[in-house]
Amino acid sequence: MSVPHRSSVGEFGMWVFLASEMLFFSVLFFGYLVTRLHHPLGFASASRHTDVVIGSVNTAVLLTSSLMMALAGRSAAAGARRSAAGLLAATAGFGLIFLALKGLEYAHDAQHQLVPWRDFSLAFEPDAGGTRLFFWLYFIMTGAHALHLLIGITLVLTLMVVVARARHAIRHAETVEIIGLYWHLVDVVWIFLYPLLYLVSRT
Amino acid sequence: MNAAVSPMSYLGAGYSLRSWLTTQDHKRIAILYAVSITAFFFIGGAAATLIRLELLSPHGTLVTAETYNKLFTAHGVIMVWFFLIPSIPATLGNFLVPLMIGAHDLAFPRLNLLSWYLYMFGALFTLAALIAGGVDTGWTFYTPFSTMFSSSYVVATVAGVFIVGFSSILTGLNFIVTVHRLRTPGLGYFRLPLFVWAIYATSLILVLATPVLAMTLVLLAAERLFGIGIFDPALGGDPLLFQHLFWFYSHPAVYIMILPAMGVVSEVITCFARKPIFGYHMMAYAIVAIASIGFLVWGHHMFVSGQSMYAGMTFSFLSYLVAIPSAIKVFNWTATLYKGSISFAAPMLYALGFILLFMLGGLTGLFLAALALDVHLTDTYFVVAHFHYIMVGGAVMAYFAGIHFWWPKITGRMYSARWAQFAAVVIFVGFNVTFFPQYLLGIEGMPRRYHDYPSEFQVLHVFSSAGAAILALGYLLPFVYLAWSLRFGPPAGANPWNARGLEWQTPSPPPEDNFPSKPDIPTRPYDYAAGAAAAST
Repeated sequence: MSVPHRSSVGEFGMWVFLASEMLFFSVLFFGYLVTRLHHPLGFASASRHTDVVIGSVNTAVLLTSSLMMALAGRSAAAGARRSAAGLLAATAGFGLIFLALKGLEYAHDAQHQLVPWRDFSLAFEPDAGGTRLFFWLYFIMTGAHALHLLIGITLVLTLMVVVARARHAIRHAETVEIIGLYWHLVDVVWIFLYPLLYLVSRT
Repeated sequence: MNAAVSPMSYLGAGYSLRSWLTTQDHKRIAILYAVSITAFFFIGGAAATLIRLELLSPHGTLVTAETYNKLFTAHGVIMVWFFLIPSIPATLGNFLVPLMIGAHDLAFPRLNLLSWYLYMFGALFTLAALIAGGVDTGWTFYTPFSTMFSSSYVVATVAGVFIVGFSSILTGLNFIVTVHRLRTPGLGYFRLPLFVWAIYATSLILVLATPVLAMTLVLLAAERLFGIGIFDPALGGDPLLFQHLFWFYSHPAVYIMILPAMGVVSEVITCFARKPIFGYHMMAYAIVAIASIGFLVWGHHMFVSGQSMYAGMTFSFLSYLVAIPSAIKVFNWTATLYKGSISFAAPMLYALGFILLFMLGGLTGLFLAALALDVHLTDTYFVVAHFHYIMVGGAVMAYFAGIHFWWPKITGRMYSARWAQFAAVVIFVGFNVTFFPQYLLGIEGMPRRYHDYPSEFQVLHVFSSAGAAILALGYLLPFVYLAWSLRFGPPAGANPWNARGLEWQTPSPPPEDNFPSKPDIPTRPYDYAAGAAAAST
């Protein structure tokens, strides 16, 4: 009778879940594409108002967090408990920095009246419908991403406690790998959000 | 071993409510699903009964127009998401997939229980919304009506459907990993029963299509609550975008319902024709083909919505393409029957009923996939009849075939064969009397979702309502004789049908651990000929 190899089952399950997650985000990307085709003008002018400095810094922060995550996986596989726990803490730390910067950015957006449901400052531009929809999508897409990141941070912090207390870190190597897969997906989603929301039509 | 409930059986593992609500045994979770979806089947059926009563007379007096809209919406939402989608996968699939592949359980037993809780929470949430005020948008939630004009409980309803979606995703994920990783050694992919192939293909759709619905419903709720405008042309949005996203899920959802049904029928037909399935490999490929092409045909719901002509032509062509693997399946079942040693036990009657009704439903689907003809037939009773032939004539018939086939395995008891055969005939007749007149109504131009109609249509509507009464009786019968069998039915024994799957090699009901000893892996699936030869010598 088959004895399930639990760990490989878990990793495979995460891959299937990530496929599902990609389809989840694909709705937003598809909505962005269709709306952009309807409103090339509004999207071009609106995307010049996003905060490209914070956006770029955040991209670097998130990529660094993924590096920490990958290194944590290696440490755990090598049985290095302290280094694995430390790297997991760093991963979550960079994630929190990302969220803090994102919050700062939202505050800036509100200051510049870029919130489409409250004194929207771009309401009198040509193709105001397009600018409004761009910022709606901006908030929904970055919001959905931030929510996923928040879940990721919770998972990584929990895992950090488990690894720090474990007698043999190597036993949790597979779990670090699995949570890492999720973390990298959240990263990959941002890699696509960044150019779409901050870079395209900025000259 | 022949005692109906031996202490080692999964049913004897605990009798308290708590033991059921905290179980991680795939067989017990299957029972939890079976009880819940049966309840929703009767609630959805009650809504249908009121609809048919209202339509008895042209200017119905039973309910107001508004209540009528809420009734068909409740019927659709409940039947689609809380009955049909989980029906075969979550009950029979949950119970049988591990048994059929010689495993102890699904890959993630705790996740399996979580799926059931998510399902219950979401479904009860929506049910509460439907009772508190109801929704009048139809189960399709089309914008801009659902986002701007409807004054009913849209957000609460879609919130429940959203939650049930996660249950679907996790169930699909569990099956995919289980089929890949937990097959007993020696059981290669092409030795798997077609039921497992069907559940696997269904799971792919559950995992890849359901998240699209989930995010679309989030956008719908946000649009309704905050007036985003992404679906609203007045604010620069695109109303067709909603339809594209909705049908990207909801057309494959039809295959979530029909593929497991095809799996069940393949098991039953071979057993009661005492022959291996004709063209096993082709049958497996056809399942995968239907699931894959099924992702590319959603636009045939939008021929009159204003999508481009070329999109319409492409979607029409692709929809015709699905007919090929579907026809392969029907031909191969027929070829399996050819020169078989056929017996008409109740499961077989349901399965044969499935083939006939699925054929009628499938062929009328081709009418609707034809661009020009669809302009005439779209949004008429022809569409209603077509999809009820697939979903009720197809999926529900097969669900009953499966329940009757595996009932002895699940409960350890036999039901009354006569009553079961009688019920199968009543359901088949009742179904046709209900829904065949609706094809005629549709061709003559009766639109769907109207509670008031010209009196010329009354005769056909009366036929339909009379059929619904017969159908309701047919559905109540199994409820009675199956319940009776639980207490008074004779013990079934391990393999009452002399069938070939691995699930028949373990006692009925199976022990908690599924197999007392390692099951024999047959060299090929459905080895009925070999069994017959062995029996005759």
